[in-house]
Amino acid sequence: MDAIQQKVVQEKIDQLANKEVYVHLETTNGAYASHFDENAYNVGAFIRNAQVSYQHGKIVSTGGSYRVGLKLDMGWVYAEGLTDYEIDEKNRLLMAGHDREGRLMVALEISETPFSHEADPDE
Amino acid sequence: MSKERVVVIFPHPDDESFGASGTISKFRDEGVPVTYLCGTLGEMGRNMGNPIFANRETLSSFRKKELAEAAKQLDIDVEMLGYRDKTLEFEPRHQVAEHLKERIESLGATIIITHYPGYAVHPDHDALGAAVIEAVENMPEENRPQIWMHAISNQSEHDLGKPEIITDVRPYWERKLAAIKAHLSQADGMMSLIENHDQASEQLERLKTERFYMYKFQ
Repeated sequence: MDAIQQKVVQEKIDQLANKEVYVHLETTNGAYASHFDENAYNVGAFIRNAQVSYQHGKIVSTGGSYRVGLKLDMGWVYAEGLTDYEIDEKNRLLMAGHDREGRLMVALEISETPFSHEADPDE
Repeated sequence: MSKERVVVIFPHPDDESFGASGTISKFRDEGVPVTYLCGTLGEMGRNMGNPIFANRETLSSFRKKELAEAAKQLDIDVEMLGYRDKTLEFEPRHQVAEHLKERIESLGATIIITHYPGYAVHPDHDALGAAVIEAVENMPEENRPQIWMHAISNQSEHDLGKPEIITDVRPYWERKLAAIKAHLSQADGMMSLIENHDQASEQLERLKTERFYMYKFQ
């Protein structure tokens, strides 16, 4: 993944608008948060292969990281804290936010094909 | 020739290396066959390598390869159980138990190493450990393997007392380190701890002793 380039990501979001797309959205502070710090709470949310179509979407810079919001006919999808992106060989828009140690904190991914659930058997 | 046949059952690629690779190495030196039944591909892991080399979609492929390398270092067989990371507790317990029972019986396990349910911190650890116990309880009494359970929660010794099996794994330390290092995407934090801190650091010391509670059938 590379540091987010706002213009490139915005173009990709625009290309995927008004199409049936699959979304992966998650955020987490890890299963061990309250194990290592008893004052912490484990929090997280995860949705994979939600099938949506969005009217329009926007990437907004917050100085240091980005927010991305997608407007659905009857709702919204958004993620905050995104820092890195990749348009992979399957033409999917993968975005993630990592902490200082490189651990994933949030991910938002948009694809025209369903996300697979296993490691690629060819690899 | 030992009659033992060890089956290690943990949910994530790397659980075997951090939690049991010294014990596994000891068994291998005694000629005991060891199979790792790995529950998931760790596809929800937060560690992405340092510097970051994986993303959410490629992480499972990396972790599968890393596990194969660790298995080579430890000279063990690996079978993937095909569940998805962080979802094991939501699967019907009896289905997972049936699946495990079939593998345990077909491998002829005499000793199973798994997590202590309720004392294993990660929901996948707790869920798979509980499914192992259910699987073995569904077996005829005379065929049941021993269950050795790994407890990692902060209050485990307070609640459970001292574990029955405490093994100093220093004689196998090189192999344990090699296995941990094989898990490139996950091991960075631990490796920097090992390289940067003096040998007395608490976390490092903990890795040099492996502790297991024996499950007591009612």
